[in-house]
Amino acid sequence: METVIIDSGGANLASLQFAFERLGARTHVSNDARTITSAARIILPGVGAAANAMQRLRNSGLAALLPSLTQPVLGICLGMQLLFQRSEEGSTDCLGILPETVRRLQPAPGLPVPHMGWNQLNLVRDDPLLEGIAPNDYVYFVHSYAVPVATMTLATADYGIAVSAMVRKGNFWGAQFHPERSAGTGARVLANFLRLE
Amino acid sequence: MELAARYRDEGADELVFYDITASPEGRSVDREWVSRVARVLDIPFCVAGGIRSVADAEEILNAGAEKVSINSPALANPGLIDALSARFGSQCIVVGIDSQLTEQGYRAYQFTGDPDRTRESGREVLSWVREVQDRGAGEIVLNCMGSDGVRRGYDVEQLRSVREICQVPLVASGGAGSAEHFTAVFTQAGVDAALAASVFHSGAIAIRDLKRDLRSAGIEVRP
Repeated sequence: METVIIDSGGANLASLQFAFERLGARTHVSNDARTITSAARIILPGVGAAANAMQRLRNSGLAALLPSLTQPVLGICLGMQLLFQRSEEGSTDCLGILPETVRRLQPAPGLPVPHMGWNQLNLVRDDPLLEGIAPNDYVYFVHSYAVPVATMTLATADYGIAVSAMVRKGNFWGAQFHPERSAGTGARVLANFLRLE
Repeated sequence: MELAARYRDEGADELVFYDITASPEGRSVDREWVSRVARVLDIPFCVAGGIRSVADAEEILNAGAEKVSINSPALANPGLIDALSARFGSQCIVVGIDSQLTEQGYRAYQFTGDPDRTRESGREVLSWVREVQDRGAGEIVLNCMGSDGVRRGYDVEQLRSVREICQVPLVASGGAGSAEHFTAVFTQAGVDAALAASVFHSGAIAIRDLKRDLRSAGIEVRP
């Protein structure tokens, strides 16, 4: 039983694998439905555009499989956005596991888009994934689209408006930031994920 | 490698690796090396040096870099910015601009890693800044060659004029010599980040001390 990283066609898989390596955990990159179904935990990464990523998931048959998974699943960055109903990015239908529409961030003076950089977490709800994380801890964001704050929001970040930084519904978690590049705080989130059953 | 681990431990917010002789020498940055650094870093990692194609960028990103930065190759082939941003998303495409004052105003320079091959690209800096954004650059690093290496402060005035037309994150580069220079570029030029090399390599400025000074000047920084 191991942690499987879904090969979503993005290019940040190595940095994610290295982050788990630093925690002493082996991961396996796969697109294979059987490997994914039998994994202990699953990471859905994603860099790039929502429409491309969804097309790849549909082509590989994973778009139908993912909503039926029962083990812990963590979507990271675009991977988190794909868990939702829909994205404004290319007006794309996503996996529909969580109910919101992913919205484009609006640039403002001092707030360029993409939102790229370190930002603080505001903790909204207790969760095993947030164990050991302190309010106002910094994590690293890179995104142009964001999930509005809603009932499934675990933590928010402020970028002109409050956006969802972490979400959860049942066995599906999401992090808008990059835990693999968020120093000690990010490593803690990934270590917490490895402990989920 | 030791330097990468040291900066990680000292609280650097991002590491940028420039293989500045790659473009003038017609080669591109070593993938194996990128991978070794990516293994130890838990902060963002940007790599530059002779990235001339989507395939080059893909290899560097697959080796564990977060972002690729292109400079001379973008001037030679501006369509590369469009191609990279369409394939990987603008968030991981950084365009570096080496700017120098000429009689015709600020111009972008190519091949600055080799003094013998350095040449003016024929492009005016502000119009190049506009163009690279239109083509999908997600971040711009403006290296002010006039202040680079002399540690007398960033070129705040030039950076401010670029800031006015730059909607994507803008990183200041060239001229850092003291903590006050960092404070000045953040407060007066409104940049999103400041990059420095020699003052950190030599230990002239310790990152922790710098962050403390920035914080006491009212600038928000990660502890």
